[in-house]
Amino acid sequence: MTFEQSLNRLEEIVRDLERQDMPLEQALRLFEEGIGHLRLAGSALQAVDAQVQQLVEAADGSFSVEDFGD
Amino acid sequence: MAARRTSGAGADSGSLGDGGRGAAAPGSEADAAISVHDLTSAARDLIEGAFPPLWVRGEVTNFKAHRNGHWYFSLRDANAQVNCVIWSSATRRIPAQPDEGMQVLALGQMTVWPVRGDLQFSVRQLEAEGDGLWRKALEQSRLRLERDGLLAAERKRRLPAFPRRIAVITSPDGAALRDVITVSRSRSADVELVVVPAKVQGEGAADSLIDALERVGRWGGADLVIIGRGGGSREDLWAFNDERLARALAACRVPTISAVGHEVDISLCDLVADVRAATPSAAAEIAVPSRRELAARVDALGNRLASAAVRRQDRAVASLVQVRKRLALTATRLVDRRRARIEMLAGQLEALSPLATLSRGFGVARGPDGATLSRRAQFAPGAGFELWLQDGIVEATTAAIKPLPDERMERTNREPA
Repeated sequence: MTFEQSLNRLEEIVRDLERQDMPLEQALRLFEEGIGHLRLAGSALQAVDAQVQQLVEAADGSFSVEDFGD
Repeated sequence: MAARRTSGAGADSGSLGDGGRGAAAPGSEADAAISVHDLTSAARDLIEGAFPPLWVRGEVTNFKAHRNGHWYFSLRDANAQVNCVIWSSATRRIPAQPDEGMQVLALGQMTVWPVRGDLQFSVRQLEAEGDGLWRKALEQSRLRLERDGLLAAERKRRLPAFPRRIAVITSPDGAALRDVITVSRSRSADVELVVVPAKVQGEGAADSLIDALERVGRWGGADLVIIGRGGGSREDLWAFNDERLARALAACRVPTISAVGHEVDISLCDLVADVRAATPSAAAEIAVPSRRELAARVDALGNRLASAAVRRQDRAVASLVQVRKRLALTATRLVDRRRARIEMLAGQLEALSPLATLSRGFGVARGPDGATLSRRAQFAPGAGFELWLQDGIVEATTAAIKPLPDERMERTNREPA
């Protein structure tokens, strides 16, 4: 699951929980799932810096990205 | 990359009159007659030498765009007129053809066209008074794009919230790229910038940009495109007003941000792109999510999740407590009701108890099996029975049996049976 999906699901869960009209058991299940996404999203944010590359087209029309070396 | 413009003819003026030794100067005698072409060429050299490039103000008349790409017209005012030419190489730098009667400023070189011997003003830059030509060209392109629906608001796509690979179409050594990289790094989200080098100004810039867009399309690895350059003069930015480039941008399969560094004018690329950023830095800010902002958002969601859960739990506990209270209340009520009933029954029982009767002075006869003997048929002469009184039991024997003295009493006694 991507960071974006995780974040979206988390938002959905929080909204659902805040709506306050679900059985306790379901609420607890959602809460647990939310905690999982929270961890995932948090760890995704530890990722590295933006990389800079350059698009290179070979003679045969194939493409590669190489270090831009700025 | 600044185009260096050399100004027109230099110091070498007429080639006539620098007579050779011994022979007559060309054209000075019938024997030394010169050709017409020599004459007109000499006139051209003389004129070009005498006039530096000049700006001339006038009104355009008899405009003709020739098939060969050159433009011919005259500049005139109330008192004079001069033939003008704009060679096709120069027309490419002029945004649009001037309208008949348009007031223009023309930068050119006074010369003679040797072939015709005509005095001619060779124009290499043409501007309408004000921004006329630029505006005209832009407006024409804009109308065509609009007619084709390329400017419609509903065409605008949403940018991906979390782009993975952003193609940056710009000059590889321009300030724009540096700005995009710097801002992207400062926002430091997990994103890859893929530089797609292109020429962003001067001759062939539009073609180079179109080519870069097409490369991005063929590659297919980007989920967002930033196309732009840093600020510059209107001429520098003109490539971004190229209609073909605008159409290529509109055809781009992934969302686009235009980032042409100008404050005042809006380029065609700006109009066509899904999002217009005022500068390349702004484009990076729009395109690249900020890790700090994301972290704050995740934190906020975490807090909301926790408090929603706590609230839900509190509510569960509260309702549990309430249920218990209600249960207790119900139980108490139930017990109270039972107790009341029991007390009532006890009272009734008390009232019905034979012992209560005994306490009022009556006695009860009971057989050996404990049955109450209330009728004379239950007795037999000589048989024993017990007589229960309020404070004891008397063992008794039946001496004789007889009816009650009063018949009326016997009848009333019998009736309830």
